[in-house]
Amino acid sequence: MEHMLNVSSNPHVRDKMTTGRIMQLVVIALLPTTLFGVWNFGLHALLVILVSVGSSVLFEWLYDHFMHKPNTITDFSAVVTGLLLGLNMPPNIPLWIPVLGSAVAIIIVKQLFGGLGQNFMNPALAGRCFLMISFAGKMTNFSVGENYKGVVDAVTGATPLAALKAQGFVESSVPVKNLFLGNIQGTIGETSALAILIGAVILLVFKVIDLKVPLTYIGSFAVFVILYMLFSGMGFDGNYLLSHLFGGGLMLGAWFMATDYVTTPITPKGQIVYGCILGIVTAVFRLFGGSAEGVSYAIIFCNLLVPIIERFTRPVAFGKGGKKA
Amino acid sequence: MKANTPAERLVNGIIKENPTFVLVLGMCPTLAVTTSATNGIGMGLTTMVVLAASNLMISLLRKFIPDGVRIPAFIVVVASFVTIVQMLLQGFIPALYASLGIYIPLIVVNCIILGRAEAYASKNPPLASLFDGIGMGLGFTVSLTCIGAVRELLGAGQIFGKQILPLADAAAGKMGYEPVTIFILAPGAFFVLAFLSALQNKFKVGAAKRGIDPSNPDSCGSSCASCGNSMCKGKRG
Repeated sequence: MEHMLNVSSNPHVRDKMTTGRIMQLVVIALLPTTLFGVWNFGLHALLVILVSVGSSVLFEWLYDHFMHKPNTITDFSAVVTGLLLGLNMPPNIPLWIPVLGSAVAIIIVKQLFGGLGQNFMNPALAGRCFLMISFAGKMTNFSVGENYKGVVDAVTGATPLAALKAQGFVESSVPVKNLFLGNIQGTIGETSALAILIGAVILLVFKVIDLKVPLTYIGSFAVFVILYMLFSGMGFDGNYLLSHLFGGGLMLGAWFMATDYVTTPITPKGQIVYGCILGIVTAVFRLFGGSAEGVSYAIIFCNLLVPIIERFTRPVAFGKGGKKA
Repeated sequence: MKANTPAERLVNGIIKENPTFVLVLGMCPTLAVTTSATNGIGMGLTTMVVLAASNLMISLLRKFIPDGVRIPAFIVVVASFVTIVQMLLQGFIPALYASLGIYIPLIVVNCIILGRAEAYASKNPPLASLFDGIGMGLGFTVSLTCIGAVRELLGAGQIFGKQILPLADAAAGKMGYEPVTIFILAPGAFFVLAFLSALQNKFKVGAAKRGIDPSNPDSCGSSCASCGNSMCKGKRG
């Protein structure tokens, strides 16, 4: 009996793609954005990201430990949550704020609802919105003072989106080229559309995400903004449109946060519906809402719609449905 | 403790069937007015007065109210008392009246009051009903004050309007507490309610089980004959 037959139940063929591997790929895809943010905003930004990631992993471990659950920090999901939360922070934020955000994201939003796969909204964004509501002043203070050791000497004044909302697109405000490259102010990770797109290509090549959600999201957002321009008597203005696309958190949100597996519909049709609703809601928040940015709230709002979307887009099983003869 | 005695009714209302944390009734005022401990205690005591009075009145009238129209009859009784209390508050404690606002008239449709009228006062004698109302009202007051105190402490660093945690002052360069504003806003009410409910469940369920784990027969010392745990039924023998 040299060769024992290995008797086991199915599935017998397994993919190498595990949860941990997917999460590691997301971390790798976020590296260009992270590095650019640190280069742009200086070492304090790096510290914010490290504290955010570290505290997320720590809270995940503490919860598992005290609730006598299997240790889940090795699946890297806490690292991704912490990294996304860190990238959503203004660069000069006091360090205790990301720690509080991690606690809300990991313990309240993720673990209390059953851990990875059960959370009803994106933990990093929920953590960010908690902080936004609680510390509105600190979370929207993007002015860069002495801490700022980045490429720009010092920038004060409104963020590109806030300026856009207040006075429309004017030539003296931030040029579209800078919005695309990212040497502007904003949260650590959202400024550079280029770095985010490099990360998105990594995710697409490794088939971690597909194009359905990001493209329908950005597409429906663009269509809504174009319609708004035409109907508000502004006339079509390419710069205004591009500023809206590359400014603020739209790119980071569309490629990295709206595509989160847990909080996105699993049906292909549902993903398209989800992307379209996201684009419209984001545009409404930005164009008609009280604040200049609306990506975070739009995504967690649409996360709540996911069960309904899935219910109405469930594919019909083969042999069922169709027209009765 | 003997059932339906005044003392038993008080304990029942405050701890065993606490309207907020156990029965989960009256959520509208619980979530809306508990932005501070003062508001919580004011709302709780106002509700208690109405609850005790209406319970007594409904219990006295229980043999005269026809079954078919009992809900409208209860509402009339409750609404009369709410109107009286509202006028008293407006006259004597205008500050509280202003801060509770629309939630005072809304006591009429508070489900604790109708719930107790329907479930208890309409079937039990006046004295027990009166103490049931006081007990439930005190339970409601304690819960609302706890929720209000936690929200006020986290959201403003105060309890009963007194500054407990010194606030940070960036202009003066003073270190201190940074208020977490979300706790004063609507989401904070849900957070605090959930955490306090979980906390009291932990103590209560633990005490109820008295260390006996129903899924593990060995925890009763393997002597099933002495075990009164209903979940062990069928395992005996």
